[in-house]
Amino acid sequence: MFGFANPQRFMSFSGAALPWVAAVTVILLGVAAVWGLVLSPADYQQGDTVRIMYVHVPAAWMAMACYAAMAGASFVSLIWGHALADVAAKATAPLGATFTGLALVTGSLWGKPTWGAWWVWDARLTSVLVLFFLYLGYMALWSAIDDRIRAGRLAAILALVGAINLPVIKFSVDFWNTLHQGTSVLRVDGPSLDTVFLYPLLMMALGYMALYVTLLLMRMRTEIWQQQTRAAARRQAVESERPSPQTAESTNG
Amino acid sequence: MKALFAILARDMGLARQGWGLALGFFALFVTLMPLAVGPNLEVLRQLGPGMIWLGAALATLISLDRLYQADVEDGSVDQLLLSGMPLEVLVLGKVAAHWLTTILPLVIVAPLLGVMLNLEGQALWALAISLAVGTPALSFIGSIAAAMTAGQRRGGPLLSILVLPLFVPTLIFGAASAASSGEGLAFLGAVTLLSAAISPFASAAALRLHVS
Repeated sequence: MFGFANPQRFMSFSGAALPWVAAVTVILLGVAAVWGLVLSPADYQQGDTVRIMYVHVPAAWMAMACYAAMAGASFVSLIWGHALADVAAKATAPLGATFTGLALVTGSLWGKPTWGAWWVWDARLTSVLVLFFLYLGYMALWSAIDDRIRAGRLAAILALVGAINLPVIKFSVDFWNTLHQGTSVLRVDGPSLDTVFLYPLLMMALGYMALYVTLLLMRMRTEIWQQQTRAAARRQAVESERPSPQTAESTNG
Repeated sequence: MKALFAILARDMGLARQGWGLALGFFALFVTLMPLAVGPNLEVLRQLGPGMIWLGAALATLISLDRLYQADVEDGSVDQLLLSGMPLEVLVLGKVAAHWLTTILPLVIVAPLLGVMLNLEGQALWALAISLAVGTPALSFIGSIAAAMTAGQRRGGPLLSILVLPLFVPTLIFGAASAASSGEGLAFLGAVTLLSAAISPFASAAALRLHVS
């Protein structure tokens, strides 16, 4: 597996895989969208608002999965110093933040007709909001530090500290919410999801995952190209400063 | 151990000029709060513990950006690293000094501000105890982010984005145990201990990256 840690090999592998992954993404998302948004029945209680679930739930899953992936990549980068793990963690952060934002926005859109409020300080909403800020902090740290290697290591430390903190944050927010039970919030997760909803939902989740892989590969490739461009530019700058043999001769003569 | 106390003594000496700022910020924050929400004593009594905790967290935040900055800039960290002393000890010493000089005054003044927000008797004790137990966690967690931003010229805004989400558990358990006379105090202690266990290593790892 560490064979792919070689950027060169990664580039050729990902270049070959990318069209296939992208095609799978389009098919999965397309089928799941038609299935979930058109073909599947409306809920007898929630009506058509239930369809928001097909966009919302996989986004919330991916929001957490992306943080796990980011923390895992950060761990690998910190321990073994793999350059690619750094690139993967950096490329994951904006995707995770977007999934988190999507989950928050769609949750809010669903909450208005269902709960009667755009936002309620429910434990889950609140901890997802904190997760969103953790992503923002991680991205801010990357962009604040110019030295790439140092930025990568610091960001990796931050991601791991955040990963240790996430369960504590989750637990504290649950505690906080039960303490403030006065403004009660409906529990939404019904008993068990019927299969007519479950299958399109799972398909959508697979589509999201494929989308993540596609975008991750694209972002990683872009990042590596940028690094190579920068390195090439630096080489060129160094070479152009060094006096070439001819000019050296001419000044002698 | 000797090195730890040497760092502690040095930093407490150095802090002699700066400690009043966080305290002033804290007192001002609590003073402004009634101006924003109105002078209703019943409302103030309800908001009081939470607002004092929020004030303590923000006062900690504004005091953090100088925690390592000067030592990274003037090369003290390099020197300490050369001397063979583990940076973890430096972190422990500096966090202890930070808490004793900057945060402890807030904890001492907080009951007085609590009285001004119409807190009485048991509520004041709960507030003081929760602050004493929980604020070390703020220093420890803040130290990690301060160590990360130490080399940055404009670390302040970045620092707050990094550190405030990590303050969430401390703030929740702290304000809850202050408001409910002790409920959540055990969790607050657990957060302090956990952050004390993680912070020296994470802070030291971040500091090492600033040493060239």
